[in-house]
Amino acid sequence: MSLPEMSRSMLKNSLLLGLFAVVTVGLVAITQQLTAPRIVAAERAAQTQLLNQLLPAGSFDNLLQDSQVTLAVDPLLGNRSSKNAYIARLSGQPSAVILPVTAADGYSGAIHLLVAIKANGQLAGVRVLKHKETPGLGDKIELAKSAWIHGFDGKSLSDPAESGWAVKKDLGQFDQFAGATITPRAVVKAVHQALRYFDAHQRELLSPGSTAVENSTGRNSNG
Amino acid sequence: MASYREIAINGLWQNNPGLVQLLGLCPLLGVSNSMVNALGMGIATALVLAFSNATVALIRNQVSDAVRLPVFVMIIAALTTCIELLMQAFTYQLYQILGIFIPLITTNCIILGRAEAFAAKNNVAKASFDGLMMGAGFGLVLLALGTLRELLGTGMLLSNMQLLFGPMAANWQITLLPNYSGFLLAILPPGAFLLLGLLIAAKNQLDARALERAKINQGPLAATPSRRVRVTGVIE
Repeated sequence: MSLPEMSRSMLKNSLLLGLFAVVTVGLVAITQQLTAPRIVAAERAAQTQLLNQLLPAGSFDNLLQDSQVTLAVDPLLGNRSSKNAYIARLSGQPSAVILPVTAADGYSGAIHLLVAIKANGQLAGVRVLKHKETPGLGDKIELAKSAWIHGFDGKSLSDPAESGWAVKKDLGQFDQFAGATITPRAVVKAVHQALRYFDAHQRELLSPGSTAVENSTGRNSNG
Repeated sequence: MASYREIAINGLWQNNPGLVQLLGLCPLLGVSNSMVNALGMGIATALVLAFSNATVALIRNQVSDAVRLPVFVMIIAALTTCIELLMQAFTYQLYQILGIFIPLITTNCIILGRAEAFAAKNNVAKASFDGLMMGAGFGLVLLALGTLRELLGTGMLLSNMQLLFGPMAANWQITLLPNYSGFLLAILPPGAFLLLGLLIAAKNQLDARALERAKINQGPLAATPSRRVRVTGVIE
């Protein structure tokens, strides 16, 4: 193949390749344009569904997703970056908060939780957002697999007392699973610490017009 | 030139991607832990496979050998991204469960394999049909594994089908084994390997029997046994 011939075929091939790149990227761009509103709606619907099942119906009347405050990193929450909490209000008065919590000491990595606490300090509910625990053993923390997580409903910092906030194997109040103690132990500890966080910060969290909680005070490095 | 009947038999049985070619093992073992995951993955893969085969057949005479592979890969990646976006829009929860396995459809060897071995040499209609049949063959193996693993692992069938078919499927769940404590191995990846091995053995057994029967009826050389091909060479 002579040199001019070769450069001509190179030119032709690169133009062809470029053309295909434009066409395929165009196809993806069009699909993205068409699906974007539905994807946003689906993400929002999934989140609304999750948030709403954490609090009893009728205990709040605001849109939870529109009422978020950013929490600074705090060892009691266990999050590695600042995350948003949701403030539930009933006729303008804060009635509950939903805290994002991370239990870093799960059996296989971090367990991400949402912990809903009513204004009186009682737990409204706990849900697992994301985890990598063993299927069939540790994944009983998911509501889809077992009702275990409902064991937290109605509990508070004083009920059970400090010593009761552990799994039964550690002489506490909460069940462990056959074959998996580390997972529920991590979740119990994380929920307990979330309650302590709420106790230390409830005035900022529940102030009627709270929009943002800046630097957290009263740090407790027990976590 | 293969007839449509031959293409169908080839994809669904003779050269089944999951049981004979053993291609796409990663999603086959990774997401076959329940029927809904298996079905969702099977449909997504079959769609990408059919559309990529059709597109490749359409442009096969315009693309020179030098840029053939990059062009094929670009087509497959674009189609996978489109399917991913569509799943995100219409089956959001299933999309979250299948996670990384959806974008990884791009790297599924079956798809590039069929583009090279079949679509690049056949017309659009036959190539699309081949993609659909290969995809169906892969999807059926996925579904068979998903059914077995869900049943052995949880004692139930068809659970969580609403993730794929919407609210009307919420009560499709069948509990075949009440008070079943669950067989953990079936849900974990090693269980998928063992069950896939058993499925392959069952297929080979059926083939061997069919071959024997054919020998008795028509004398020797009546049927050829299936080939197990691990490379994407010339599979007709």
